Parts: sequence; structure tokens; C-alpha cells
Amino acid sequence: MDQASLLQYLITGLTVGATYGLTALGFTIIFNTTGIINFAQGEFVMLGGMMSVFFMHALGLPEPLAIVLAVAGTTLIGALVERLAIRPVRDCPAINLVIITIGVSILIRGAAMLLWGKDTFALPAFSGSAPIAFFGAALMPQTLWVLAISLLILAGLKMFFSRSIHGKAMLACSFDPKAAALVGIGVDRMVLLSFMISALVGAVGGAILAPITLTSFDVGVMLGLKGFAACILGGLGNPFGAAAGGLILGVLESLGAGFISSAYKDALAFVILLALLFVRPSGLFGQKDGKRV
Amino acid sequence: MSVGYRRDMRWLGGFLVVLLLAPPLLSNNYYLTVLTMCCLNAMTAVGLSLLVGHAGQISLGHAGFYGLGAYTTAALSTTLGVPVGLSMCAGVGVTSGVAALVGLPALKLKGHYLAMATLGFGVILSILFNETVEVTGGPSGFTGIPRLSLFGVEFSSDLSVYYLILAVLGLVVWLSFNILHSRVGRALRALHTSEKAAQAMGIDIARYKLFIFVVSAAFAGLAGVLYAHYLTFIAPASFGFLFSVQLIVMVVLGGMTSVPGTIAGAFFLTVLPEFLRAFENVEILLFGAILILCMMYLPDGLAGGSRRLGRLLWKKMVVRAAKDEADAEAGEGGNG
Amino acid sequence: MKMVRAAAIVLAVLALLGCSKESDTLKVGAVLSVTGPASFLGEPEKNTLLLLQDEINAAGGIDGRKLEVVIYDDETDVNKSVMAAKKLIEKDHVVAVFGPSTSGNTLAIAKFFAPAKIPLISCASAEKIVKPVDPWVFNTPSLDRHAAGKILADAKKKGYTKLAILTVSDGFGQAGRGVLQELIPAQGLTLVADEVYGPKDTDMSAQLTKIKGVAPDAIICWGTNPGPAVVARNRAQLGIAIPLYMSHGVASKKFIELAGPSAEGLILPAGRLLASDQVPDGHPQKALLTKYVADYTKKFGSAPATFGGHTYDALKLLTTAVKMGKSIKPQDIRDNLEKIKDMPGAGGIYTMSPENHNGLDESAFFMVTIDKGEWKVVD
Repeated sequence: MDQASLLQYLITGLTVGATYGLTALGFTIIFNTTGIINFAQGEFVMLGGMMSVFFMHALGLPEPLAIVLAVAGTTLIGALVERLAIRPVRDCPAINLVIITIGVSILIRGAAMLLWGKDTFALPAFSGSAPIAFFGAALMPQTLWVLAISLLILAGLKMFFSRSIHGKAMLACSFDPKAAALVGIGVDRMVLLSFMISALVGAVGGAILAPITLTSFDVGVMLGLKGFAACILGGLGNPFGAAAGGLILGVLESLGAGFISSAYKDALAFVILLALLFVRPSGLFGQKDGKRV
Repeated sequence: MSVGYRRDMRWLGGFLVVLLLAPPLLSNNYYLTVLTMCCLNAMTAVGLSLLVGHAGQISLGHAGFYGLGAYTTAALSTTLGVPVGLSMCAGVGVTSGVAALVGLPALKLKGHYLAMATLGFGVILSILFNETVEVTGGPSGFTGIPRLSLFGVEFSSDLSVYYLILAVLGLVVWLSFNILHSRVGRALRALHTSEKAAQAMGIDIARYKLFIFVVSAAFAGLAGVLYAHYLTFIAPASFGFLFSVQLIVMVVLGGMTSVPGTIAGAFFLTVLPEFLRAFENVEILLFGAILILCMMYLPDGLAGGSRRLGRLLWKKMVVRAAKDEADAEAGEGGNG
Repeated sequence: MKMVRAAAIVLAVLALLGCSKESDTLKVGAVLSVTGPASFLGEPEKNTLLLLQDEINAAGGIDGRKLEVVIYDDETDVNKSVMAAKKLIEKDHVVAVFGPSTSGNTLAIAKFFAPAKIPLISCASAEKIVKPVDPWVFNTPSLDRHAAGKILADAKKKGYTKLAILTVSDGFGQAGRGVLQELIPAQGLTLVADEVYGPKDTDMSAQLTKIKGVAPDAIICWGTNPGPAVVARNRAQLGIAIPLYMSHGVASKKFIELAGPSAEGLILPAGRLLASDQVPDGHPQKALLTKYVADYTKKFGSAPATFGGHTYDALKLLTTAVKMGKSIKPQDIRDNLEKIKDMPGAGGIYTMSPENHNGLDESAFFMVTIDKGEWKVVD
């Protein structure tokens, strides 16, 4: 077990983990405001990457503009999803809403397949793909971009939720929608905002990772699954936990593949997750769930 | 016998009769295959509905139990030459045992955490099926599974297999109705409403939760063993996360607390892709759209929707009858 | 009375004519993975069948008979494959079936064909399909064994002794892994690493780092797009210089597109369809390959992937057998399929026999490398 290999596994794990973390963040934001798990979150990540590819290849736009448009487009789609599929049935039991989000994810996936085909696509790296030597391991410039942008988003969200009035309003909705409405918060507007922010965060994640991992119409399924797992690992409802959970999941997978078996690396990550849940039912950083009797 | 029980039994009888008489009406053998798959899916979905709809728990990994049953009987009967009847029992037994082992710690979790635990468990099983090539044949699947045969009687024609599966489905539904109308069913409904209150009443919620989890897994395992010997070929791809999601959709679509509804949901979801196949590329899109619309406009599922439709038609008939009567009287009065 | 009798005779004759017209259509079925994870196989296979169907019927059919191809999409799902096969046999009453596109699906439906007495010409490459031989089951793609043999011959020529393999955990990768595990020691070489990646994995750096740690002479990656493209990219990103072989599963332009500059210098075995312009003029396959590429490009806008050749050859084998036996009875077709010798097809030159239902060998492949983004033959 040499140091260079270990470092390489860590770097790989952090890179992949950053996308899991961003996806998990999206889950957390919607969960915090509405209490539902949005299974279409993975598709927002897919759309970020695929729309960037589309804007670049089909319309010939320069990469930064293509990505900005893709993120804006996905945010719009997030708003549409909330308006058309969630708001009319907000009083439904939670499991109905979950199925609706599953339906939405299938719909978005089907539309993507129709529009862009089943092929896989590549996005150019932001600043070239020549690896940087780093203590014996190879570090890609794109990895630095991924980590930096993820940290920026995390910091931005933290400030938003703790300093801005809209952020605090969204948190109020998650604690008690009725009370929030009583103090004059437009709960409907907050739910819409939460979907838009989740879509934005997801799309950014998809766009910054596409240069490393390639993208296609069905990358959303696995990402959604792992993102949800990262959420739970970190403790549902805690944005910091979600990001940390994502990174930890990515690193666990990478180390598992490197040291134990590449075939079972996914199983390994889930086994560890299950073991953790049995010992600490509310995740690593989650609050103890205070349910009503 | 309560009124509800008798009503349920009448429904079961009618349902079995309809499906018994269905095969001659089908224009070709292919539709029989579809019907058989509907029955197998319904078996698993009914078990899941007991867990999700009545006990209020969740499982996103039930495809794993289905696969576990299938692979156990496949490995035992093909590789080890165990007689089919015995290997099928072993399949159900192993699935129930694993469910008990997993359920003990898992059911202490609640809500989304339980969902994640079951999801993770399903994924782990799915990966195991894929990677343990010596036992399961790996991604290429397991071929050469012997056909269904019980006590020396071999079910060689598709029709005989269909009747057997229909009989087992009838048994499963009968068992489910019995559970629901018994003290166990009442305990489950109590703990669904409020676990703390149920505990306060002296109900051992951990034991009942585990019981219904194991029962639902056993039904899934039973469907799995039948599936393996029916198709005589199984592959890990059929037992993944996507199938688990489909099962949950069948339960919710059908109406969570209605067994007939769940069966309708299972049939609907198994047959729907056959119709959508004509639309080729748009198929996935249409499927998602239909799912969303069904959930938005039928929040109680097909069962609730049909109940409301029934009430609406009844009201219309009553109003029409009253109106006719009033018209008749008015007419008479005018003439008189 | 006379009128009635005359009318009856006329009706009988018309009925007979009507009946014989029906049986004069050569009706074949196909179960292909047009959608789903294996759509990269099924789509060119389906397009090729449609292309050939139109061509054959425009030229007057087969011995005057119209060709009708009924294609069902199994969505790469084994259940749907079984249902589609049953539909073709029981509802559509076809005389032969092409496909499925994947080995798993083929193995699931293969056993329906002997009882139904209808030949199946599969488009999947697993050895289990034709070994042991089922009298009613054939396949057109060259076996994985031939591709692996070609790679190992090249490795031996270059003096490599320690090899690492990186395979995908699906049917194709699993078959390749099995064949490589068998052939590498058999050829006197050493297997120093045996790593696996998932079909949906987006990063293989961990596996490559592990492989780098045991310092092999070459790496053999066995999978289909997009996995191997990611492997190629990761290898470049990690700065690994160990030579990398690919399998014939990536023999399409898409691979070069996805892998970009990291594809330079990679070597793989490929059917001659891939670089038909580099096939020498005298070669038996040259003419039909050039025509196939031209017609397909005209109709569908891009060159056919090598997988399209699987159904090209299946249909050609069928029409050859029909013409040989002058019969469209499934039993006759089956018997004549086994008698086909030296038939040039898109995938190679086929010689069938009662013991060999595949018909190809290593010569169906040539070795190509990627030079400045284009295929270059190095055989």
C-alpha cells in the first residue's frame, strides 16, 4: 500500500464524491422546505450536463455561455416541475408525492432520450486535461474546479439560509408551514424557490462533472440513488451533512475499489451505510427525529 | 365473520373465476404469458401492500427478495439436483430467513431512513447476484432451470403453469385477507396510525412489524421461485432497483389499503408497456406522463378512483330516476 | 345447377390462388434491443434489416417471393425478449428468427426453437450459444474467443508476458473475462491483475491505479461504450503509459469521439466493416462492404456500426439457405444453413457445419489502431 496510490484513491473519491454531495444538497433543500424526497433530483444533474453539451454542439456556443444557459434552463424546468406536478397535489400523502417525482424523473429521462438520443457525450474540461503531479499522484485541473465550485456553492447556501430573509423563510417553512404562513411567509413561493435552487445546484454539479465522467440521458438514475444515500449518510435535513456524506461516500467507494474489490465497491459503500444506520439511525450529523405522537 | 371479510371473500371468488375462464378467450398463447406475469407481479405487490399500505412501513428493496427466491431455487434445483418442489420451499424459506435477519435491525428505523436501508439492501443483493458468477451465472444469467414439477407431476404446458400460479395467487390473497381481518391486521392498523399509542395499548410493535415484513418478503420469494421455474432462465437485471420502484408504484397506484386495488395496479402496470410498445421512442415519456396523471387525479389509487366513479354513477342514476318520477307526476298532473 | 358448380370451382380456384399468394411471402422475425442499454447493438441491426428488406423486395424478392421482416424491440430486457420470441413463433408464424442482440437474451429464448422447429440466428457472441451445438440455433458475430486470440497473438508478437485485464460486469464483459482467464495462461502468459468495473461507472481511476501498482506489460480492457472510453481517458489523466488493448466491442466511431486524444495509439481487433476502405481490392468481402456502407450512409446519414453486420449476415445466410434448398420450410432452411461454405458476409467469411454453427474464425478480424483520430489497419 504505497502512499501515492492511497493519495490517488482519495483524489478520485473526492472528485466523484463532490457530485454526490451536490446532488445530496439538492435533495436536502427540497426536503427541508417541503418534507418530500424529490426522486427527480438526479435528472436535474443530468440535464445540467446534457443541456451544456446540446448548447455547445448544436448551437455552437462557447462553453461558459453554454453552461450558464444550461443551468438557467434546468432551473426553469425545476420551477415547471413544481408548478405543474407538485403544487396541485401538495396536500397528498407523502408517498403519492414520491411516486409523482418518480414519474417526473421518468418523464424527463424519456424526453432527454427523445431529444438527444441514447449516446454518451463529452464536455471539454474547463482548463485543459493535462494532469498535475501531486506527491506522486495525478491531479486533474478539472478536479480542482469541481472541488472549488462545490465549496463555493456550499458557502453560498449557508449564507443564504442563515443571513438572507428568503433563506430564513424557507427554513421556517420546513419547521412548520402553518406557522410560517401565519407570520406572512408565502409558503407556495418558498416551495417554488426551493425547487429552483435544487435544480440550479444539481445542474451546476452535472455541468462541472461532465468533463470528467461523460454524460448521457440516463446518468440521473444512479446519481439520484447515490445522492439520496449521501443525504442519509450525513443525516437527512442537514446541508453540511449532505455535502460531507457525498464526499465520504465517494471516498469509501474509491478505497473499496482499490483495496478490496472493484466488483463489489458499490455493495461495500451500501454495507457501510447500513451498518452506520443500525448504529446511528439519524445519520452522521442528523438531529434526533422528534416525531409527533 | 365480519361483513368486510365476507365481501372480500366474494371478491376473491369472483376474481379467480374471471381469471380461470380467461385463457380460452385470449387469441393466442402470447397473451397468456402476459397474464401469467401479471399474476406473479400481483403476488409480490400484494405482499408489499400489506407492509406499506396497512402497516405503514416502506421497502424499496423488495425486488431483492424476489430475486433471492428465484436464485435459491435455481441454484438448488439445477446445480445441486434437488427436486423442484423441495427447492421451491427452500427458496421461500431462505427469503423469509434473510428477511427476518435484515428486518430485526432495519425496522427500528423510520421513514426515509428505513427506505434507505431497504434500498441499500436491495442494491447489495442485486450486486451479489451479478458478481457471484460461480453460483448465479453472473450478468449473463442462469440457464437451464428445470420446469415446474410438484410431487412428480410436471407442468409442461404454459396453460397448466398459469393455472398453478393462479391458484397460488388465490392462496396468497386469501391469506392476506385473513391476516387483515384478524387481530394481527388490527394491530398493524393501530401501529400505522401511531406507534406510541399502540405500544401504550400493549401491542408489541417490533414483533408485528417483523412479522409482516417477513410475510411480505415470503410472498415475494414465492413469486420469485415460480418465476424461475416458469421462465427457466433468470438474470440479475430483472431484480434491480427499478423493479423495486415498479412494485411500490403498483401498490400506490392500486390504492394502498386495498388488496383488490393493488392487484389491479399490478395488472395495469404489467400490461401498460405492452400497449405503449407501439409508440416506440415516446414509450418512456408516455409512461412517466401516465404515472404522474394517475397520481394527481387518482390520489386514492385505482381502488379509490373506481369507488368514486361508482358513487358518481349511482348518484346519477338516482337523480335520473327521481327526475323521471317527477316528470311523470308533473305530466299526470298536467293531464289530469 | 351448372351455374352453382361453375361458381364453386371458380371460388375454389380463387381461394387456392389466395392461399398460395400468402405462403409466397418469406416471413422472418427479429428480436432486437433497439432501446435500452444495448441499443447501440439493436439500432444498427434493425436499420440494416430494414435497408436490406427494401433492397431485396425492390429487386424482385427472393426467388420471386416477397420478404417480410417483423421486428420486435426487447428493450434489452430478458422478460420482453422471451415474450417477443413467443409472439413471433406463436402469433406471427415466422420461418426463422434473427437476434436477440445480447447473449443473455439469446440464452433465455434459445430453448424455444427446437420444439417449435424454427431456426434462430442470434446476433450475440457468447460461446454458450453455439457450444454445445443446438441443431436449431446459429449465430453470426465472431466469438469472443477469436477476438481474444487475436489480441494475445499481437501481445506475444510484441514480447509482452505480464497482462492485466479490466472487464465490465455485464454479459459481454463477463464472457470476455472468462475467455481471457482461460487463454492467457494457455498461451504461456501471466495474468497479474483482474479488475472489474460496472456498466454505469463513470470513473475507473481506482482500478487503473491498482493495475499500475503491479506493473503489467499491457492492459486489456473488455467492454462496450462508454466504459472503455472512460478507461482510456482515466489512463491519460493518471499519466499511465502502459500499452492498452481494447476489445471489438468499441469498434465504432463513437469510441474515438468519446475518448478524444486519449484514444491515440490504442489497438483493437475489428471486423473489416469498420475500415472497409482499407480492405485490399481483391478481398472477397470488399465489394459487399463498400456497397453496404454506401447504401446505409445514404439512407441513415452515417456509416453502419460493425454490429449492423450481424443482421446483414444473418439475413444473407437465410437467403442463401433458401436459395440453396429452393424452399421456405423452416426444416429445409435449417438443413441448408449447415451446408453453407465460404460465404462472404459483413463480419467475415462463413463456413458452417453440423458441429460449427458460428462459421467464423480469427481471420474475421484485423487489428487496427487509432492514428490521429482515424482507424488504421496494422495487420
